[in-house]
Amino acid sequence: MANAAVLPALSIIDQLPLLTIVVPMVAGPLCVLFGNRHIAWLLAFLASLASFLFSAHMLLQVIDGDVLSYHLGGWAPPLGIEYRVDAANAFVLLLISGISTVILPYARQSVAHEIKKVSHTLFYCCYLLCFTGLLGVVVTGDAFNVFVFLEISSLSTYVLIAMGAERDRRALTSAYDYLILGTIGATFFVIGIGFLYIATGTLNMTDLAVRLADMDGNRTVQAGFAFIVVGMGLKAAIYPLHLWLPGAYTYAPSVVTVFLAATATKAAIYVLLRFMFSVFQPEFVFELHTLTWIIMPLAILAMFAASLIAAFQTDLKRLLAYSSVAQVGYMILGIGLATKISLSATIIHLFNHGITKAVLFMVVGAFVMRKGSSFTKNLNGLGKQMPLTCAAFVVGGLSLIGVPGTAGFISKWLLIDAALEVDLWWLALLIVMSSLLAVVYVWKTVEVLYMNEPDEGTIAKEVPMSMLIPMWVMAIACIYFGLNTDITLTSASVAADSLLRGGVQ
Amino acid sequence: MSMQFILSHLNYWLFIILMMIGFYIVVARGNYIKKIVGLNVFQVSVFMFYISIGKVEGGTAPIFPVDMDIDPNVVYSNPLPHVLILTAIVVGIATTSLGLALIVRIREEFGTIEEDEILEIESKLQQEENSAEGPAMGGRA
Repeated sequence: MANAAVLPALSIIDQLPLLTIVVPMVAGPLCVLFGNRHIAWLLAFLASLASFLFSAHMLLQVIDGDVLSYHLGGWAPPLGIEYRVDAANAFVLLLISGISTVILPYARQSVAHEIKKVSHTLFYCCYLLCFTGLLGVVVTGDAFNVFVFLEISSLSTYVLIAMGAERDRRALTSAYDYLILGTIGATFFVIGIGFLYIATGTLNMTDLAVRLADMDGNRTVQAGFAFIVVGMGLKAAIYPLHLWLPGAYTYAPSVVTVFLAATATKAAIYVLLRFMFSVFQPEFVFELHTLTWIIMPLAILAMFAASLIAAFQTDLKRLLAYSSVAQVGYMILGIGLATKISLSATIIHLFNHGITKAVLFMVVGAFVMRKGSSFTKNLNGLGKQMPLTCAAFVVGGLSLIGVPGTAGFISKWLLIDAALEVDLWWLALLIVMSSLLAVVYVWKTVEVLYMNEPDEGTIAKEVPMSMLIPMWVMAIACIYFGLNTDITLTSASVAADSLLRGGVQ
Repeated sequence: MSMQFILSHLNYWLFIILMMIGFYIVVARGNYIKKIVGLNVFQVSVFMFYISIGKVEGGTAPIFPVDMDIDPNVVYSNPLPHVLILTAIVVGIATTSLGLALIVRIREEFGTIEEDEILEIESKLQQEENSAEGPAMGGRA
């Protein structure tokens, strides 16, 4: 052990980037080994809480624009794998771990209701592995490592979705479809990384950024860019690549839908942001063309087409799934505009849409628990029978539309601001018009909940407190971040800054 | 495009042909197991692509002599892509086994693993839902 002394002595604080990933990763198999569903839940909750506290601590460290660089195994980058935390990924880490920590108390009752007891330990194991994968995708600074973590999260996601088969067998085919599409997406991503490796001989993102800086006209780099964008676009459900999403969200167990809707697509969008603005220079001609002629039109198409489809759905869960596709459109639009304000808008919409969809899908989970399904026909007059749950839906719905005073307003305001900054007034108009479509489908549901009379002879109780409290924590967060924008706006603009600096310090 | 160009990029041509065969099987075949096989061919083509780019002309196996007496004139192949693909192979196996496990469950629930028959069953379920819950716009729009 002659060279052991060379390693710098690290305190526990310096290990945080790694611990955030390792704690849930170790806790996952432990859930199965203990074999007790109560202990499994407790482990999952504690691991998630630990990751949340670690991420919060890291965000405080990097909020001034600093960067944490963790060398895995003591091997210095670019040869070794580096975990690199700046404001952008610390913010996304906080979102993912925070939402997971709020979901888990909710999960306990909902999982007990929807999944048979013997599978609970396996469920929490897969949940933690998925959580690990999503955090890993965000924290790592190594391009190939992104793929590995992406597959960890995807594989466990397929299992989680298939667990919905106890309620509806179509969960299996949805999981299968997602497996095929997800694997194609991930493989495309690997091909892209391979092309970048051929062109530069490195996998470290910071190093890639430096070496790619003067490779604008290089065909290999351009092909790599295309593969990476399409591969990640599949994962992020950019409009024509969203086919896996409605089925997966509709038939997965309610908790899984809450978790995926609030975090999974967000991690993929983060990777897109990281590659488009940090690894590749946003000034590259081919990238500018992609942003203007492919990304922006698709974003606008998603905003309208998916909202329109959502307005015609009769299953609330499927309706919200299509609405998610539409909301991804807004985030992609921010990427397409490629200014500092628009990137802030994308990052802040990641966060705001995460908490908004968490509330809405939690409410759907509560409906499924009390009424057996989430078809709007079953939900008549629930506003009187489950007042707290329905009120949470209204708050979430308002935030989804973007009514002033809710979180959704802030991100749309910023997005409109970004559109006006580059004199695209028609784009600002389109953003407002597509928000009106959200009014249609949210109002449609509110009408069923409050205006219709309850069905004869049906009694629906409020869901237990352990589900109501997480729901309202998220609902209050929707209002809080709509009124107090200091935290989110500062983080988002620092994050946009650190993305645009391109990792080149 | 000269013969020289084609021959000197032979590994890329083979990779592209294999990849397209795999991709075609995934898209065109209706049998779920055949789709998984296609997916495998597709993935393996990428593995071969990676492995072939690690080759350095005239390079030998990247193993240093035991006494670490390294001769600077010896050219070594690049081992990094090979290591990466070791990871990707593991991921590929996990994907395949999970896919096959899902197919077993699908067969138990639907009684078939042909895509068109399953779509038929699903559209029947959809119609039943529609008549019970009011029409919905198709799920695949």
